[in-house]
Amino acid sequence: MSLMQSPMPWLLVIPLAGATLTMLLPDRWRSAASALGILSQLVAALLLSYQVIQSGPQIYAMGNWQAPLGIALRADGLAMLFILMSALVSSLCALYAQSYLKAEKRANFWPLFWFLWASLNGIWLAADTFNLYVGLELLTLAAVGLVAFAADERSLEASIRYLYAALLGSMGYLLGVALLYGAHGTLALDSLAEHWHWGPTSQVAVTLIVGGLLLKTAVFPLHTWLPPAHGGALTPVSALLSALVIKASFYMLLRFWIELDIYRHLPSLSQLLGILGAGAIFWGGWMALRQQHLKWVVAYSTVAQIGYMLLMFPLLTAGQSDASQLAYQGGILMLLAHALAKAGMFLAAGNLMICTGKPDLQALAGMSRYRPLTIFAFGLAGVSLMGLPPSGGFSAKWLLLQSSLLSGQWWWVVVLVLGSLLSAAYIFRVFAYTYRETGEEGDRFARPALSMELTALTLSVASILLGFAAMLPLQLISLPGPLMEALP
Amino acid sequence: MNWTNSLPLAVLMTSFLAAMIIFMLPESRHRLRSSINIAAACLKLVLIILLLQVVLRQDYPEVSLEVLPGLSLILRADALAMLFAGLSSVLWLFTTLYAIGYLENSPNRSRFFGYFSLCVASTMGISLAGNLFTFLIFYELLTLSTYPLVVHRGTEASLRAGRTYLIYTLGGGVVLLVGVAALYALGGDIPFGNTEQTAALVGTWPGWMALIFALLIAGLGVKAAIFPFHGWLPTAMVAPAPVSALLHAVAVVKAGAFGIVRVVYDIYGIELAWQQGLLWPLTLIASFTILYGSWRALQQVDIKKRLAFSTVSQVSYIILGISLFGPLGTIGGLVHLLHQGLMKVTLFFCAGNYAETLGIHKIHELDGVGKRMPLTSAAFTLGALGMIGLPPVAGFISKWYLGTGALEAGMDWVILVLISSSLLNAAYFLPVLQRIWFNPQQGDWPDEMITRWRDTTPLLLIPALVTATLSLLAGLFASSVLSPLSWAELITLREYLP
Repeated sequence: MSLMQSPMPWLLVIPLAGATLTMLLPDRWRSAASALGILSQLVAALLLSYQVIQSGPQIYAMGNWQAPLGIALRADGLAMLFILMSALVSSLCALYAQSYLKAEKRANFWPLFWFLWASLNGIWLAADTFNLYVGLELLTLAAVGLVAFAADERSLEASIRYLYAALLGSMGYLLGVALLYGAHGTLALDSLAEHWHWGPTSQVAVTLIVGGLLLKTAVFPLHTWLPPAHGGALTPVSALLSALVIKASFYMLLRFWIELDIYRHLPSLSQLLGILGAGAIFWGGWMALRQQHLKWVVAYSTVAQIGYMLLMFPLLTAGQSDASQLAYQGGILMLLAHALAKAGMFLAAGNLMICTGKPDLQALAGMSRYRPLTIFAFGLAGVSLMGLPPSGGFSAKWLLLQSSLLSGQWWWVVVLVLGSLLSAAYIFRVFAYTYRETGEEGDRFARPALSMELTALTLSVASILLGFAAMLPLQLISLPGPLMEALP
Repeated sequence: MNWTNSLPLAVLMTSFLAAMIIFMLPESRHRLRSSINIAAACLKLVLIILLLQVVLRQDYPEVSLEVLPGLSLILRADALAMLFAGLSSVLWLFTTLYAIGYLENSPNRSRFFGYFSLCVASTMGISLAGNLFTFLIFYELLTLSTYPLVVHRGTEASLRAGRTYLIYTLGGGVVLLVGVAALYALGGDIPFGNTEQTAALVGTWPGWMALIFALLIAGLGVKAAIFPFHGWLPTAMVAPAPVSALLHAVAVVKAGAFGIVRVVYDIYGIELAWQQGLLWPLTLIASFTILYGSWRALQQVDIKKRLAFSTVSQVSYIILGISLFGPLGTIGGLVHLLHQGLMKVTLFFCAGNYAETLGIHKIHELDGVGKRMPLTSAAFTLGALGMIGLPPVAGFISKWYLGTGALEAGMDWVILVLISSSLLNAAYFLPVLQRIWFNPQQGDWPDEMITRWRDTTPLLLIPALVTATLSLLAGLFASSVLSPLSWAELITLREYLP
């Protein structure tokens, strides 16, 4: 197969080319090159989805080197959903960044942005465990770079902390993969699944891999690196990190979990992941309720939302295929809704901070009058995060509720329900601050660009519309593929 | 596809689109905003009348959209839906007019009217919902869109009231969600009216179904302000008067009561619920709430607080009627849904007029106000007499049917509840009327607005007069085809004779 026959390699080639070009080109060409790159990425993503929908999962061997030696790419329904999700979120964040960043910051932003996107696509499409590792490392470096370039003391500190945590996570993952290679003699996910046998080595390997990925996903209690990194970064970066980057390690965890049948063999580990999820929901929500810094509220909300996604694991039980299907659909829908809503919320929060010029909640008084559109965007994203209808977050919560009821695990119902009340508490707390009156005549606020308000609103509205159009992503992830076959 | 099928969606969309346009308009475009608002309210009334014609022909337009595997959003106009949708759209028109007058020259009107329309859109969704899932979605949307109205003034007190409101309603919403999800887990999606499906479930899991019934009623009971879930309603009184009208008459408490009607009649079916012994606890709680609300109303010195506790008591009349097995009780409950709306909205308009025109908030300040504001006071008197249940105002019709319904259901003690509550109603309304009409004025009014109008501005006065007249007409011409009573009878007929 050559490069021309499939849009799949383009999803890696374009962002890598974008990274190189934006590094080399003079400033006035940079944004134009990026715009062109984003458009061609969208086209490639749509073309590939069309192929996957029409003719099932696609396999592509880079440079015609076949599997065990070459770099194999693979696209099934789940991968397509993630490709489309990152295309949508990244392009809107890029549009936001174009107005948000000053020219000298843009010089650093674009190459890192393109590296980030390339590594995300690499992870979504990877067919073997080593490519996943490469993607994850690239992603870490790009993400740490993006956090660091806010370039104040706190963000540097946060990025160093983030770097250490991420490297530790990758190390665990790499060790696990090495052990797996030793035990099974292959790195490809499909042949691993075929030749899978449990033994002490496999168990240690799985533990290392799961542990490493949990650290990178910032699962409670390994989440402490996340709030400073996501709360301290520049706004478009925070949005990208919370909406997409943490999803990468989660996606890998899911692939391993289902394709290698881990859920069948380690049911106690499933329950443990659920308990960590519950811990994340309550601790993240509680901490979000106590923050005074707007972006830290949003960052802690990410910690809590990761918890909801983890609830999917105890519900993927071998015995009940109905409940497992619902859990799979609910978990992925939750992830998608969170990506849209959290990106929208971070961008809206960034707009509010531009208006007030201060990061703290106290400064928000009078905002609901001055910037109704931005408050509306913040509120809509909040509705989805609270899981109130109508929204993607609600539909996802409904599926998870149904799955818990069907599999008789009623305690997750309690967690889901109390968790939403807690999220309502921290989101309405922010909302109430914006309703306070300033008490002085006239508002003296700065004004964000219209394009910045509209990008935030678009993402938030999308998270609401997902509640009405949930069937589309659900059909996409239910297309036949290696993951669907391995589901109970 | 039949064109009538798009009518329910059109009814919903008129307020939703109005809300979106209003949010987009700059704050200063007051005239345009008011025109859009009024035009949308009138258009909705026309659509409702068209839809009524269709429903009378026993034709029930329906649209649906599959949102999750096996689960659809359904909008369906049946006779019961039209009862609530009709009430809300009539009251929306007058409340909008009133709000335009009330908020003249106050800030943040764009935000206020936007959420106001969104509120009505959710109410339309609630009334036209064709299954519990759709109902739940709009029920929660109603919570979300009323919160900004409750905290509209942005003061400490209103933010506190907003917090109380959220704690109650979101808590109730979550209980309702668990009930709806559990019902779905047992029996899949049950469209309203498919009571055979529920009957089969009750046969298999009687215990679970009773628990689900309790969850659903408790979740709905929060908005219907049933004891002990009524605490938010008096606190929310700090909101502007049009919002109180919306909470008490047009949308919120009615949404809760209407939901209970749906659960009892269209999910479980009245016969099944009665056989399973699910109804008598409801009768007990409703009776207690009626007396408790009236008793607390008696102790209030603030006009709006007294009215709020009166609502707590009056909404439970609806619940009482629903819980009595037999067509007469049903008619009483349903017709009170309309009558209470008309009378209570009148009372709140008048209370708002007193506060806006003369700065009167407390009952003892009302001395002699009848001479200063005769028309407002006349409307107030009509509403109050209706609440007491004096013929020929509409409230009398409700109480008559509730009483005969209780006898029919063999619950004679309910008559005692009705009589004592009427006495309590008289005890807390008649002294107010006495102060208004017969006591002499005590000194200056607390904060008099200078207008060239004798009573108060027309935009504040006319809605109150119209709704007062409507509640009188609903009582006087109760037997005509157009009256709320006839519509309630029609619904009851279709409910008991499938």
